[in-house]
Amino acid sequence: MMASSYSAKDEDGHITVSGPGGGTLRNKKPENTAFKQQRLPAWQPILTAGTVLPAFFIIGLIFIPIGIGLYVTSNNIKEFEIDYTGDDTSSPCYNCAKNFSWNNTKSCTCTIPFQLDQPYESNVFMYYGLSNFYQNHRRYVKSRDDSQLNGNIDSLKVGASSPMASRKKKKPSKECEPYASIDNKPIAPCGAIANSMFNDTLKLFYNDPNGTSVPIPLTSTGIAWWTDKHVKFRNPVGTNSNLTAVFQGTVKPVNWHRPVYELDTDPENNGFINEDFIVWMRTAALPTFRKLYRIIQKKNNMAPTLPRGNYTLVVDYNYPVRSFEGRKRMILSTISWMGGKNPFLGIAYITVGSVCFFLGVVLLVIHHKYGNRNNSANISN
Amino acid sequence: YTVWNFLPKNLFEQFRRIANFYFLIIFLVQVIVDTPTSPVTSGLPLFFVITVTAIKQGYEDWLRHKADNEVNKYRVTVLEDGRRIQKESEKIKVGDVLEVEEDETFPCDLILLQSSRDDGTCFVTTASLDGESNHKTHYTVPDTERDVESLNATIECEQPQPDLYKSLGPENLLLKGATLKNTQSICGVAVYTGMETKMALNYQGKSQKRSVVEKSINAFLLVYLCILVSKALVCTTLKYVWQSKPGQDEPWYNEKTLKEKETNLYLNMFTDFLSFMVLFNFIIPVSMYVTVEMQKFLGSFFISWDKDFFDSEIEEGALVNTSDLNEELGQVEYVFTDKTGTLTQNNMEFIECCIDGHQYKYRDASSEVDGFCVTDGPMNTVQQKAGRVSVVVSRHLCMLLTREREELFLRALCLCHTVQVDGLMVDGQVVPPLQEQRGFIASSPDEIALVQGAMRYGFTFLGLESKTMKILNRTNDVEMYELLHVLNFDPVRRRMSVIVRSISGETLLFCKGADSSIFPRVKQEEVEKIRMHVERNATDHAFPNHYDMKFVIMILFYLLFYSLQEEAAETMEALQGAGIKVWVLTGDKMETAKSTCYACRLFKRNTELLELTVRTLESPGKRREDRLHDLLLEYHKKTDLFLQICQNCTSVLCCRMAPLQKAQVRTNSKGSPITLSIGDGANDVSMILEAHVGIGIKGKEGRQAVRNSDYAIPKLKHLKKLLLGHGHLYYVRIAHLVQYFFYKNLCFILPQFLYQFFCGCSQQPLYDAAYLTMYNICFTSMPILAYSLFEQHISIEMLLENATLYRQIGKNAMLRWGPFLYWTLLGVFHGLVFFFGVWFLFSNPALQDNGQAFGNWSYGTIVFTILVFTVTLKLALDTRHWTWINHFVIWGSLAFYVFFSFFWGGVIWPFLRQQRLYFVFANMLSSVSAWLVIIVLILLSLLPEILYVVLRKPRGPYARQVVL
Repeated sequence: MMASSYSAKDEDGHITVSGPGGGTLRNKKPENTAFKQQRLPAWQPILTAGTVLPAFFIIGLIFIPIGIGLYVTSNNIKEFEIDYTGDDTSSPCYNCAKNFSWNNTKSCTCTIPFQLDQPYESNVFMYYGLSNFYQNHRRYVKSRDDSQLNGNIDSLKVGASSPMASRKKKKPSKECEPYASIDNKPIAPCGAIANSMFNDTLKLFYNDPNGTSVPIPLTSTGIAWWTDKHVKFRNPVGTNSNLTAVFQGTVKPVNWHRPVYELDTDPENNGFINEDFIVWMRTAALPTFRKLYRIIQKKNNMAPTLPRGNYTLVVDYNYPVRSFEGRKRMILSTISWMGGKNPFLGIAYITVGSVCFFLGVVLLVIHHKYGNRNNSANISN
Repeated sequence: YTVWNFLPKNLFEQFRRIANFYFLIIFLVQVIVDTPTSPVTSGLPLFFVITVTAIKQGYEDWLRHKADNEVNKYRVTVLEDGRRIQKESEKIKVGDVLEVEEDETFPCDLILLQSSRDDGTCFVTTASLDGESNHKTHYTVPDTERDVESLNATIECEQPQPDLYKSLGPENLLLKGATLKNTQSICGVAVYTGMETKMALNYQGKSQKRSVVEKSINAFLLVYLCILVSKALVCTTLKYVWQSKPGQDEPWYNEKTLKEKETNLYLNMFTDFLSFMVLFNFIIPVSMYVTVEMQKFLGSFFISWDKDFFDSEIEEGALVNTSDLNEELGQVEYVFTDKTGTLTQNNMEFIECCIDGHQYKYRDASSEVDGFCVTDGPMNTVQQKAGRVSVVVSRHLCMLLTREREELFLRALCLCHTVQVDGLMVDGQVVPPLQEQRGFIASSPDEIALVQGAMRYGFTFLGLESKTMKILNRTNDVEMYELLHVLNFDPVRRRMSVIVRSISGETLLFCKGADSSIFPRVKQEEVEKIRMHVERNATDHAFPNHYDMKFVIMILFYLLFYSLQEEAAETMEALQGAGIKVWVLTGDKMETAKSTCYACRLFKRNTELLELTVRTLESPGKRREDRLHDLLLEYHKKTDLFLQICQNCTSVLCCRMAPLQKAQVRTNSKGSPITLSIGDGANDVSMILEAHVGIGIKGKEGRQAVRNSDYAIPKLKHLKKLLLGHGHLYYVRIAHLVQYFFYKNLCFILPQFLYQFFCGCSQQPLYDAAYLTMYNICFTSMPILAYSLFEQHISIEMLLENATLYRQIGKNAMLRWGPFLYWTLLGVFHGLVFFFGVWFLFSNPALQDNGQAFGNWSYGTIVFTILVFTVTLKLALDTRHWTWINHFVIWGSLAFYVFFSFFWGGVIWPFLRQQRLYFVFANMLSSVSAWLVIIVLILLSLLPEILYVVLRKPRGPYARQVVL
């Protein structure tokens, strides 16, 4: 950087910009501060076998019980999983899967009987699981318009008046392409994620021993994050409080059977704040995933939520997965304080704890055997 | 620069740096191609870096401008049409007549026309040009003295040429940069201005020195670049393999846009490759360069702040001219040192002389102790210098009595020199000859010593006044000698002569010089005898009386002592203990140099000396040097034998070296080992510039060496702390910094790479854009910077006491492939642990106690949280020296991460297209499983590190410290 024309003048001797901390310090005794002399008081921890050993033992002693606790908790969680993809002939859903066509207006229904060997005592959570479904594909993940979902009315409009304005207000966002608009009408909600929303309907029936089939009440609220439901997702508020009117001028996503304002009859669970929709919009991390579908609330009496016995799962088969070799599952699970069933944490804790403990023992031996010799050698030095 | 072209020019300069250019390319790719991360993620750091650098350079430039203005707008008096006009110095034109007052600096090269001194001379010091602080006399052009106002003349001068010493010849030319002394004012005509002045022509830009650490960084960068490219290649290949399976490329739920469908397959592949490059580009961090630069820049302050480097005599501390070489100080393998003024002090003392067999030792009350120490103490760090004054006088003088001869000798001492008396010169007045120190100024300290020696015996030199030298003799009479001619001392003749005429009309020629140049003037048989004596003197510290007066030539003999620099021996011993090989390069002859080395304990009593001199070369003086040098090169050409021999020696002494040869020796041995040159005089400059690290000593031979050095210290003894203390620490710090940076970015990007296998190689980033951007800027940069500034893995005192510790970091020990591999493997291990630990956890994404499930952004956030904590705690484990700053920064940046995550996830940001992280972090913290997995994975990652530290301990360098 130093242009030679400037540097030449440096030689004069009255210029003191040459280097960092250069001439400015001339004729000045450096200050004797702890900072400048690099003598700040310092804590100098020295990790030795002596200090680390107890830590290892303590970690081992803490982690192993935690691990065992986690493992037991996870094992106590009851989980039932049923695959209803219907890709082999014996499956009750085989016909539905085989005959699937986008043009079917009437949904195909299949019935799957299953049996629970144990009673499910507490609240039971019903999940649907998909496999080989890449919700984390980049093209898919970004294909949404959060401002539209947050109730921004502009994202639902198409400025038809002038082409310039429409271009400028080309909402919904172009991230939604190719699911942004149809015939110059915006799709609500736009994007690939919304378009591919899971739309199988799952119903559970308990087959009483006496022969009657009792439908099990499924709660469809409380399945989405509270903040998503109340802040991140909001219905557009127009001049009209009627959702149908607000969504006037928009088109439903291609693959949807019903428009967004008819997702539910409950106005608190309709439109963009429909919880099924919100759950679907939270894209999964891995291609095999599960999403919360319904909650079976425990009744206040002592009876188990789901007693032992035979059940029937009735599926409105609307969602095709065979084209990409995906699979669909229905999962019933109880939940503990650590979430769903997952033995990994317990095993991890037990492993790490044991390793620590083992290392502690090894170190103790080494320390005992060689430590003394080393110390004496050092002292003699 | 000017104000308006600063920006483009500065940007251009900055993007010429390969790293900046690389990031610019990445940025442009992000803008043009549809990439997974927005241009902001890499644009923001780049912008930040560029801005900071631009501001820094702009500030430096502004300072330089200000300094330039000071010079260019400096008021000078110009005589124009007989009137005095004030002008700014940049407007001086060739041909202007300038008036310069005392103590002012000449603004351009001038021809002296008129001086306020009667004799038409002026005194000038060229200390800022060549470092010689003595006053030089310049003369006015004859015949122009009186009538400057009406002068009409033409000057013919040669083309501007850079040779400083040739040009100093013309005695009427006053050079820009020199300062007027002892003269009230002069008038001169400008002959060369601006870029044509000798000084500007002489300036050459210092070549940039690069440290080994930088080379290592570049090598590592290359490795990481390969990793980056191969990662991108692997991912691109896998992507197309994956897509070729039916139903994977474009399932019904995830259709491509029209535009994507239409693009050419190969173009698509290429853009995919670029996208992956962009996705993984964080593996080569922008911020590393900034951090390294900051570390070097700030770190160099600690050197200049060190009060141990402060010397109360010259009121100065250490000076850092380059901050790029801090760590190089910890890598030095060879030290090349000058002897005079570096190993030894530049103060000489007149100890004794022998005249015709009478030995004169100066012994009086005040200096007895002095003299005693100097001669006897074998421990005392003393070095002698033998020299002769031969006085050649006309024939009849040889019959003088001893007494007279003695006086003659003393007169000779008083007369044969170029010493000037400082200040209190009073015309004609007799200043009482006191013991008080009179201010003498001379180009070499031995002249001062001689004059002062003579003063002690009663002959005081009063000064030179219009070619008359005045001497106050023992009877307090002033003797006047007319100075007829002076032949100055020069390195070729190695002697000086004066011709004076005494009052009585005798013409005397005094000749003084090194023995090698005086001997040829003496008869041959004398030479043998004298040399025998002298050599015995030099080696045995014996003082034989020696006289020779049979002939017209009277040889007198004096002894001067150099005293060694303070603690020189200790320093040298420490350097040798640190495994540094010391080469002493000196112009002195072998015996003197050897005894210096013994005194410095470079050579011990039991050291085996291997003498590589050629004894057959009898002819003294210049030719011998040449032969020796030829021999040297010959050896070098043949088999590198000479260097091989030298490189196996702990210390090497090269005698009879000319300044250029000093540099050549350095060049010859400039190979892989890191060399350091230390010197104080202008003759060491070439050596200093040649070496990897040049150190100047702020000695008495002017500031030339200091200005050309990378570091300047007041005394030799400071070298020890500079190398063993600061150098060691800086090397460890920067090595750790570099390794850590690569490590932390590897384990940052590896999970992202692994994630591609689970998202169909679709370039989906694992972390949110904010995290990608902030990771290197905010979350992990401050702790390592604090570490690299304050870490003292071993305390400075310990380093200074145990010089052997220096050997442990020799040969770039911490940045070789071994440690690099270790760090890389550690990074890979951590990356794998982070990713797969969370992957196992997400086999069931229902992680909250209300059964709700986590999505991909939660996944990324958990991995990122583990990453930030592990990486920071890893550094905490490595920190041996916890100052409050380290505490503040380490815990502070962790706290900042948590705070930032809350904040970033707590608000719906209107400027963001997607609210990806909205409440993701808070939700994560509400899940017990997430907490548990974070804790266990951090611990698992750190476990090998703890184990490594603990197991290494008993054998490591810390063992001793533990015991102490």
